[in-house]
Amino acid sequence: MFDDFFIRALVAGIGVAFVTGPLGCFVIWRRLSYFGDTLAHSALLGVTLAFTMEFNIALSVFIISSLIALTLIQLQKRTNLPGDALLGLLAHSSLGVGLVVIGFLTFIRFDIMGLLFGDILAVTVDDLLIIWVGGAVILLILKLIWKPLFASTVNYELAEAEGLNPDRAKAIFTILMAAIIAISIKMVGLLLITGMLIIPAAMARNISSSPQRMVIYSIIGGLLSVILGLFTSLEFNTSSGPSIITAALFLFILSLFNIKQSIKLKN
Amino acid sequence: MNANQNILVKLKDAGFKINDKWLVQGVSLQVEKGKIVTLIGPNGSGKSTTAKIALGIYKKIEGEVEKYTNKIGYVPQKISIDWTLPLRVNDFMVLTESLKNEIIDEALSLTGVIHLKDKNLGDLSGGEFQRVLLARAISKKPELLVLDEPVQGVDFTGEIALYELIKKISDELNCGILLISHDLHTVMSATDHVVCLNGHVCCSGTPMDVAKNNEYKALFGEQASQILSRYEHRHDHIHTDEGKIKKN
Repeated sequence: MFDDFFIRALVAGIGVAFVTGPLGCFVIWRRLSYFGDTLAHSALLGVTLAFTMEFNIALSVFIISSLIALTLIQLQKRTNLPGDALLGLLAHSSLGVGLVVIGFLTFIRFDIMGLLFGDILAVTVDDLLIIWVGGAVILLILKLIWKPLFASTVNYELAEAEGLNPDRAKAIFTILMAAIIAISIKMVGLLLITGMLIIPAAMARNISSSPQRMVIYSIIGGLLSVILGLFTSLEFNTSSGPSIITAALFLFILSLFNIKQSIKLKN
Repeated sequence: MNANQNILVKLKDAGFKINDKWLVQGVSLQVEKGKIVTLIGPNGSGKSTTAKIALGIYKKIEGEVEKYTNKIGYVPQKISIDWTLPLRVNDFMVLTESLKNEIIDEALSLTGVIHLKDKNLGDLSGGEFQRVLLARAISKKPELLVLDEPVQGVDFTGEIALYELIKKISDELNCGILLISHDLHTVMSATDHVVCLNGHVCCSGTPMDVAKNNEYKALFGEQASQILSRYEHRHDHIHTDEGKIKKN
């Protein structure tokens, strides 16, 4: 069944969408879009590391992204630079260093476009395993920390005062962000991962009235984007990442037209 | 060691500073089951800071805090909620603890906002939101309630009703309450212990003790002192459960 590259890509994309849905909601709620970008850009370093050391890509991306997240926390404590400047610094310098290292690795044939924008041809059966097992673990952990994470997103002091330990939840969430980037990099590509996190969740925000519904709509939006995007990618021979993101954008634009309201007006 | 089983939280010589500026210093107080402790003092005297020390929100503190309960309900003075979240009153009620529907309804009814249950939190008025905050704090049946100006922005009749509710909750749940308030009239009538702050504890004791204290007079003026004494003087009746007034 998984012999066909397109089926593999579809199964991989569906797995990714299940995880980016809920995580993306938190990225929006906690205003972490640029943090996500930074982690994603640093993933390139992780990929080069994987190639030089002949290491698993997802694992090395996960390690490098986690390290970058820790570095960011340390830099925030030790410098007076504003958060967005630090994020930009880490994002672009890690991307820069990653590309320079790739330049040195002339002995390996590199598909840079595939790395940056995703490549459905590259998804292997091993990748499917990583995505589905990794994704299940991410979702399970997210479910466990949901209460403190959500409460502290609404109000940190309430969560802290009522004994929910929000700092621990935040640290775990950072690790989960690194993990989702690691497992989805092959599908969406490192430049567009944050889009996969944000756009379906933004679409869901437009049409939902409660946090639970936003998570569900965000997952559905992600699934539709993956399916639509991958078929487009197959049909027009475009990169998978941009195709998925374009499909997500299309859904977002649709969500701007409030369907319920227009029905009410007609009646 | 908790020598007195009734103590819920105890501050010993506690203080907190930011950038070498003390927000509050040398505060000792304790809240016991079924007792209401009220913090009063001018703006910037460290009332909210003291509450946050007691709650463990501020961690790098001077002195000691001993907390003997984790069942805490908190109504903060300021709360900024990010409206990127789609959040209804109902979702907010279960923010820190999952509750049964009847319990949520009961708490919202007590504070008079049951009709707002499915409304978006961002659409509430200041007073309505304050009532929801109070409902959320009491719904989880806490052992310790920390209320930082819980009736701000609530209309006049509502204010009296909510203070009566707070007193009732303290009796029914036998929970301890740490209350911060500006309303000397209402607060003093229900309070067991008053701590008057001005960067440090300027005086403390029963409402009558504090009213007679010279430092308190200097801080709030002669008039405030008269309010308290007068209130105590007029207090010749009790409120029964049915809300009737009974002469002593």
